[in-house]
Amino acid sequence: MAEQIALEITRYSPERDKTPSMEEFEVPLRKEWVVLDALNYIKDKVDGSLSFRWSCRMGVCGSCGMMVNGEPKLTCATFLNDYAPGPIRVEPLKNFPVMRDLIVEISDFLAKLSKVKPWLIRKKEKPISEGEYLQTPEELDSYRQFSMCINCLLCYAACPVYGLDPLFAGPAALALAQRYNMDSRDEGKSERLDVLSQHDGIWGCTFVGECTQVCPKHVDPAGAIQQYKLTAAQEWVKSLLMPWGGK
Amino acid sequence: MAAKRSNEPFLWLLFSAGGVVAALLVPVHLFLFGLAFPLGWLPAPAHDTLLALARSPIGRIYLLVFCVLPLFHWAHRFRYTLYDGLQIKHLNELVNTLCYGGATVGAAFAVYLIWRIP
Amino acid sequence: MLRYTEYPPRGYRVRVSTYWWTGRRAYLRFILRELSSIFVAWFVLETLFQINALAGGPSAYSDFEQFLRNPVVIASNVISFLFVLFHAVTWFNLSPKAMAVRLGGKRVPAALIAGPNYVAWVLISAGVAWLILRG
Repeated sequence: MAEQIALEITRYSPERDKTPSMEEFEVPLRKEWVVLDALNYIKDKVDGSLSFRWSCRMGVCGSCGMMVNGEPKLTCATFLNDYAPGPIRVEPLKNFPVMRDLIVEISDFLAKLSKVKPWLIRKKEKPISEGEYLQTPEELDSYRQFSMCINCLLCYAACPVYGLDPLFAGPAALALAQRYNMDSRDEGKSERLDVLSQHDGIWGCTFVGECTQVCPKHVDPAGAIQQYKLTAAQEWVKSLLMPWGGK
Repeated sequence: MAAKRSNEPFLWLLFSAGGVVAALLVPVHLFLFGLAFPLGWLPAPAHDTLLALARSPIGRIYLLVFCVLPLFHWAHRFRYTLYDGLQIKHLNELVNTLCYGGATVGAAFAVYLIWRIP
Repeated sequence: MLRYTEYPPRGYRVRVSTYWWTGRRAYLRFILRELSSIFVAWFVLETLFQINALAGGPSAYSDFEQFLRNPVVIASNVISFLFVLFHAVTWFNLSPKAMAVRLGGKRVPAALIAGPNYVAWVLISAGVAWLILRG
């Protein structure tokens, strides 16, 4: 028989359980297998009731984020071999309510995301006949890093401020706001400033920096938030010196 | 709609300025006066030398910056540490009064002491 | 505790432990970094005592110097010094994150922003030490 590795997986059924518990499964240890493969093996061969989210298996869709041995990880990019001989503890993403097994409730994030208006805002839309909004490679480069976010929410699971204060807008939403602020085609900076420069916005961040550490796409939300603090502070000084200056 | 004017940017600027002063100036002061002179590693300067440095207009401004900004740096960081470490965000106003109030009292005390240098 | 209520709260929630900052090395490092501010404030107080003693004349100042030689004060200053150094190093290293300087369309590498901080630190420290020790 091939080599096995043990997975300790959080099980929770809202109809049956008061609190989540851990269940252990044995899966074959294959060198090309990631944690997500092991979960799919369990669902196919051992226990079809195991529930978890996944889609693309290649680090693009951002659905399969879970806690692996206490670290927020994309399970499609986390190899079993790196944790041999195990056991590997697989839990739902921290700081979110658990709905079933490894599935968390993320509507709080979705609501916050739409609040920061992560789209191009134009004072006046150009008619389509006039063509697209042009941008130089340098202008693209200034926000490119922040646009890599796949909304996998690993940063929220790593952020103690979000865990402590559910009102905090959180790393990904703030980084995506900054992504549009830095976009040369966008004209919505002042609209976003009102939302972001609140206590629950950028000022809630205490720069723990773990969001940046766990980001699988190297977005650097912590950097985005600090840069935005600097911008907001400059705006504040400006509005102090020129209170009549309209937005 | 304009949101409520937040004073967070002001407090953050004070925090940042204080952080810079605390990083650039406090270590050398602490090393000299707190360790090197008391332990006899270096000869301690005489009273009148230090007084001459402190009483000059630039010396007074230097001391004021040295004392006031780091106090607000402390207030800001300590406030968040109390929120997060002890999970007492509901005591928001008490913590704010304690931290920024404490720093303001300290700053006023510093102004008084520095102004009083003969 | 105040909860986000735009959507009906569903699912099982785990309350964050009071000792959350012991959960990860990075969290502990973060809390220590934040606590360094206490030692900064403590040294400012020490400096205020010093200014008071300076203004009080030579005998008041020698009393203050005596106070600084107290082993308890020295021990607390040793600890404060370590924390203040930790603050300085973390402050300099994190500053490039907050400042996205762009030159010629490229972002200036972090080391080029943090580096000058250290140079300034050394120069300013040397300058202050020279002024104090010169007498």
